[in-house]
Amino acid sequence: MRYLPLTDADRSEMLEKIGASDVDALFVDVPEEARLDGPIHGLPMHASEMAVEKHMRRLSKKNLAAADAAFFLGAGAYKHHVPASVDHIIQRGEFLTAYTPYQPEIAQGTLQMLFEFQSQVAHLYGCAVANASMYDGSTACWEAVAMAGRIARGKKRKVVLSGALHPHYAEVVKTMAKFTDDEIAHARPAMQAAPDNDGLIARIDEDTASVVVQYPDILGRVTDLAPIAEAAHAKGALLIVVNTEPVALGALKSPGEMGADIVVGEGQSIGVGLQFGGPYLGLFAVRDPKHVRMMPGRLCGETQDAEGKRGYVLTLSTREQHIRREKATSNICTNSGLCALAFSVHMTLLGEAGLRRLAMENHRLACIAADRLAKVPGVSVLNDSFFNEFTIRLGTDARAVVRKLAKQDVLAGVSLGRLFPDHADLADGLIVAVTETTTEEDIETLASALEEVLA
Amino acid sequence: MSAPNASGWKPGTPVQDHNAMAGPDTVTGNRALMLEEPLIFEIGTTETTGVDLPEPQSGSNRLGGLDRSEKIGLPGLSEPETIRHYTRLSRQNYAIDLGLFPLGSCTMKHNPRLNEKVARMPGFADVHPLQPVDTVRGALEVVNELAHWLIELTGMHGVAMSPKAGAHGELCGILCIRAALEARGDAREVILVPESAHGTNPATAAFAGYRVEDIPANADGRVDLEALKARLGPDVAGVMITNPNTCGLFERDMKAISDAVHEAGGFVYCDGANFNAIVGKVRPGDLGVDAMHINLHKTFSTPHGGGGPGSGPVVLSEALSPYGPLPFTARTKDGVVHLVEEGNAAEFEHTKAFGRMTAFHGQMGMFTRALAYILSHGADGLRQVAEDAVLNANYILRSLEDVLHAPFGHSGPCMHEALFGDKGFAGDISTLDLAKALIDEGYHPMTMYFPLVVHGAMLVEPTETESKAALDQFIGALRSVAERAKAGDESLKTAPHYAPRRRLDETLAARKPILAWEEPNPPGGAPSMSEQGGR
Repeated sequence: MRYLPLTDADRSEMLEKIGASDVDALFVDVPEEARLDGPIHGLPMHASEMAVEKHMRRLSKKNLAAADAAFFLGAGAYKHHVPASVDHIIQRGEFLTAYTPYQPEIAQGTLQMLFEFQSQVAHLYGCAVANASMYDGSTACWEAVAMAGRIARGKKRKVVLSGALHPHYAEVVKTMAKFTDDEIAHARPAMQAAPDNDGLIARIDEDTASVVVQYPDILGRVTDLAPIAEAAHAKGALLIVVNTEPVALGALKSPGEMGADIVVGEGQSIGVGLQFGGPYLGLFAVRDPKHVRMMPGRLCGETQDAEGKRGYVLTLSTREQHIRREKATSNICTNSGLCALAFSVHMTLLGEAGLRRLAMENHRLACIAADRLAKVPGVSVLNDSFFNEFTIRLGTDARAVVRKLAKQDVLAGVSLGRLFPDHADLADGLIVAVTETTTEEDIETLASALEEVLA
Repeated sequence: MSAPNASGWKPGTPVQDHNAMAGPDTVTGNRALMLEEPLIFEIGTTETTGVDLPEPQSGSNRLGGLDRSEKIGLPGLSEPETIRHYTRLSRQNYAIDLGLFPLGSCTMKHNPRLNEKVARMPGFADVHPLQPVDTVRGALEVVNELAHWLIELTGMHGVAMSPKAGAHGELCGILCIRAALEARGDAREVILVPESAHGTNPATAAFAGYRVEDIPANADGRVDLEALKARLGPDVAGVMITNPNTCGLFERDMKAISDAVHEAGGFVYCDGANFNAIVGKVRPGDLGVDAMHINLHKTFSTPHGGGGPGSGPVVLSEALSPYGPLPFTARTKDGVVHLVEEGNAAEFEHTKAFGRMTAFHGQMGMFTRALAYILSHGADGLRQVAEDAVLNANYILRSLEDVLHAPFGHSGPCMHEALFGDKGFAGDISTLDLAKALIDEGYHPMTMYFPLVVHGAMLVEPTETESKAALDQFIGALRSVAERAKAGDESLKTAPHYAPRRRLDETLAARKPILAWEEPNPPGGAPSMSEQGGR
């Protein structure tokens, strides 16, 4: 077996040193009646690299890759061009096969990268401090709600969720809240050109610990967060802003600038790729440094070594489970290290100038797409405002249309019927995302396909 | 003692005057291949970019008047500068690719490169989680095929694939237990956890709303069955047990523990962090386990990546399977694999799911790697993995127990990791000092001060992907530093001496946290980004 270096001669020599007759003698503590005496049921014997690759390639070919379609899906995961250098760097064994940097003297590479990553995220979000990453945007969102609960010291129980928060994120929050007795006030999304901020603000009261708003929201709309922040703060609540498309923040005001207290999001757009939903990259930041000690997850900080040289370590770990056990701020025991590296490398390649250009190119193409689709008979564009994603109404079940178009290699978008299966009145909605990878030809392909299928 | 270096280099070559040999300081701070590297914020500028993108064109603007006009402060580098920056940083890391990485409980084994190649196939890497299911049947087949083998290997009934990491999987398992208890109207408040458990166990139970109580251990380093039985009662929701446990021992009484917990109306959660020691040798399902997470990044060798991403599928017993979270995959009789979500859960008779743990379907990039790993090893190879992992650990235990205190050495063979304590170290020399000296010998240290039940614990897990020569060299190095610790060699206190950094001041980092780059002197008058954007 190519991955196992011991030879039979090694094994005999080692057993002799141990004083064991055979390898089964080392498993003496496993009760005999439970021991498997033969190979695992149904699993074939070991296979060559060539054979396994062939099997996996066959399965891979059964999928329609985004690059092979006219592609318009978003709703929390976006297709962007990732420079070739990114994958090269994350495949360096020193990054790929390293562990969590608990031994800082021999992990400065990972640690400095994390410090740079945290700084990039903090700048992007308009925040003071970002952590070293979470599993993904949805779990980061729940962790933010839990953190706001800790800051409210259990005196406030209510969490106000915007109806335009990604429904899967809302599901994660509701799932976790079942077990922590938080009261979740959730609304259904309103199919309006602009989000219902007044309705949201009206739901904030003295018992509200946090308000969760997505920006741009699930329907792609953008709204000034400052009045929501003001209303939340007036009631002593924290504003949590969720961003699922970090590229948007190259064009749009940062949530921190508008008064968000905790900003969380999905970082997948920068460097990570689609990967059928994971692994992704949860981003987590706080505007006010006084909240740092309440944060979940790993934090990397600057310090000095015994010779006075600058270096980096994981810090403030007294918040974490391996020290505090049942009193920890979260049970999280990892971050999304390699995805954070991919994000950081891609963001370094972009730089501020590149990020702004990338954002404006996304917006330019999205505007072209919205204008073109608005001309399709039966189609109307819902949004007043958007970045690279907007919602159209088809006047018919969008889910069926999406399935039909997929047969022609047109991946038209994410239907609201897929995301909100319980809301029949949303069923004609389709979220269309456009990025720098979308061509004007793709837009024309989608528009003509819609014209045909809606005719 | 034979030379711990196969090249023929012998330790103890006398260098009388270290200072004279050390050479002069360099003006760059570099020392040949040991290269200092500034932060991107110190070498990049906000105007530089390593990506060719079109200049912004005038056109419509639908940003709702929320254009970002303030400077963001993100430095950019050209491509060659970027590659050099990260390559230089990478060389300051220890990694499995560089040498044995004996971090107990973390399972730092070789990461096969085929798995990297497979994960990057476009049909897996370049598909969106919300594509129509007819366009991702192959991806769903990967999830389902892996799920199938995880169930087979553990002897369980079902599996929740979506948890993102081990601790997330623990949470999933505990939430299944809570949902099952609530479904029968049974409000229980306590989860029992051994003192030797990973910190995530009590943190998870507390996060799920349970009170955590300790399970005592016996002198053998195993759960005290009688004490556990005495504590069980109508308030106990379940137990969380690691098997093999963190002392590196198999819990012989696992079946009896499960029976007792079930009889008292509770459930058994098994922390599967150490499943790699028993895969193919024994199935947790046959020992009465109700839920167990599997760290794909441990047992099935998906890369640790410097701290994630992990992946933590949870196998479930028949009693808990109905409560598993959405989404998941299901194969119907016609061979088609379906994605079961909120919209179609009823069709698949899965109406009791406790909810959803994450936005999408789990760590696809890890599923492809883990499946390639399982198929590569096959039925014979996986058994060999467990056997070689256990053999290697026992070889280390028996090769070093004369020089290092092995608190449970008398309890029989260990499983995949060997546990030592600091008994016999001279004066104030600690486990930390020994670990840092091991860095100078070219190794990542073992897990230290864990499990908590052994003073100055050192948990050594060599894994099965080490050759005998590599083990012998490591044993030689560890023997040497252990002897120095017992002899009171004060130079251990200042180790490491040869790493890119000397010991770092963690107290300073925590007392005055610097967690993000701040410009030392913010320059006034820099052009605002909107001006540069030129829209």
